[in-house]
Amino acid sequence: MGSTEAKLVRPLPLMEGMTKEFHDWCARGELRFQRCRACGEFRHVPRELCAACGSFEWEWARSSGRGTVFTFTVVARALHPAFAQAVPYAAAVIELEEGVRFLGNVVDCPPDDLRIGMPVRVDFEKQTDSITLPVFRRA
Amino acid sequence: MTQLAPNVLRDAACIVGIGETAVCRKPGSGLSVMALQLKAVAAALEDAGLRARDIDGIMPFPNLGRAEAFAASLGCENLRFAATLNLGGASPVAALRMAAMAVATGVANHVLVPGGWNGYSGARTREIAANDVESIPGAAIARDWYLPYGLSAPPQWYALMAQRHMHEYGTRAEQLGAVALAMRRHAQLNPGALMCGKPMTMADYLASPMITAPYRMLDCCLETDGAAAYIVSSTARARDLRQRPVSIMGAASGQPYPADDIINRKDFHRTGLTTAAPEAFAMAGVTPADADFAQVYDCFTFEVIQQLEEAGFCRRGEGGAFVENGAIELGGRLPVNTHGGLLSQAHLLGIGHVVEAVRQLRGEAGARQVKDAEIGVVTGWGDFGDGSIAILRRVN
Repeated sequence: MGSTEAKLVRPLPLMEGMTKEFHDWCARGELRFQRCRACGEFRHVPRELCAACGSFEWEWARSSGRGTVFTFTVVARALHPAFAQAVPYAAAVIELEEGVRFLGNVVDCPPDDLRIGMPVRVDFEKQTDSITLPVFRRA
Repeated sequence: MTQLAPNVLRDAACIVGIGETAVCRKPGSGLSVMALQLKAVAAALEDAGLRARDIDGIMPFPNLGRAEAFAASLGCENLRFAATLNLGGASPVAALRMAAMAVATGVANHVLVPGGWNGYSGARTREIAANDVESIPGAAIARDWYLPYGLSAPPQWYALMAQRHMHEYGTRAEQLGAVALAMRRHAQLNPGALMCGKPMTMADYLASPMITAPYRMLDCCLETDGAAAYIVSSTARARDLRQRPVSIMGAASGQPYPADDIINRKDFHRTGLTTAAPEAFAMAGVTPADADFAQVYDCFTFEVIQQLEEAGFCRRGEGGAFVENGAIELGGRLPVNTHGGLLSQAHLLGIGHVVEAVRQLRGEAGARQVKDAEIGVVTGWGDFGDGSIAILRRVN
């Protein structure tokens, strides 16, 4: 496979460690984040211990999948070849009910209609046999 | 937070030499990144009246050459101090404090801080994720959690901050444009600026194509080939050198929290400057109101507004209004980036901002001189919002 061909494929997370575990839950249709077993604090991106209380004990706790758009950008000019055909597209920071924020795409909303505060809910899109990503839809 | 007595380093070190190469886009510098930097170093040594072998401390910019290579090329046979700070574009201004620490304690006599690149003819920063995903700020976090959703480059990351600021505080496109216009107007007075001779109007700004909303093309810095360097010596040694020294009154660097993830900051607007600026001003014993000018790392227009706020030149949310009506232009309340900055002079990794601050405080800025400039501020911004700041003063 030539390198040019590889670059045109959407970049995907490296499936190892906690990143793989997160996406394995997505493949089962569940959005889960780390939650500290000691103090109950949710966290994202995955980290080894709770920065709030120092506990190493945590679990994958299910998110309601409901949230609102916290901020976003509409990319009009792709700066990565994999997204050259996708412009204009929006990447949005979603603040979930549990308090964590997740960067993703709102797939059923034209970029110009996106607004901060807009309610959204999670859905999932299978990218490869082993990788499913969360996406968001207007709630 | 435990701190040293704030004034331990105040006025303990000076910038004694500055150097800058010519800058260009096409056809490119035609030099290696090391050769380009060494040209700027040679100019800084000449400016200071130092010989290369006097340099015994080197602080290279991240990933642009090792201290050993600089020392071997220059003939620095007694390199006693070498360090690289990993704060992206905030590194050169952050290096001012570490260099001051080194010369004030005698760890080194003369510390060289070089930086330069073929930012136009070589690999483009805008394509960093496509070229080398491991090298981007946040590394695995950006690779696994941002890149799959289409964010691959600095303007896209920072646009998230700008958009939220506009939502919360009503910051407007014309206020971002006021920053771009100020830099461009200053560049008209700097024959060494890439955009000298190419003036810009607000209509030009508003008509420029959207790159990643709210950033238009004219919100984005230049990509250029060029290099710059400065040399720091102890205040005692500086008195014997060629130039009027410029004293480091205060300097500090800091990071947002968490520094490696833009998205999950409880205080979304916190940057490195939020903590660094009060520390630096306390060290200097002055306030933002005492500054005669500020050279603010202007990778994109909004970052100037945000840094003016977090550095304390105005309150958070008031930066948009602060930059309007020519207030950051020469003759205004606080001239910002009198050389044209990254937006209209060239992208010299933030070292150009230090060089310009020194020129202003020596009274060597020609047509763009800030009258009677005594105290100046210079900032750096890097990676996901790392910050650095120095307060400099003229030594009479």
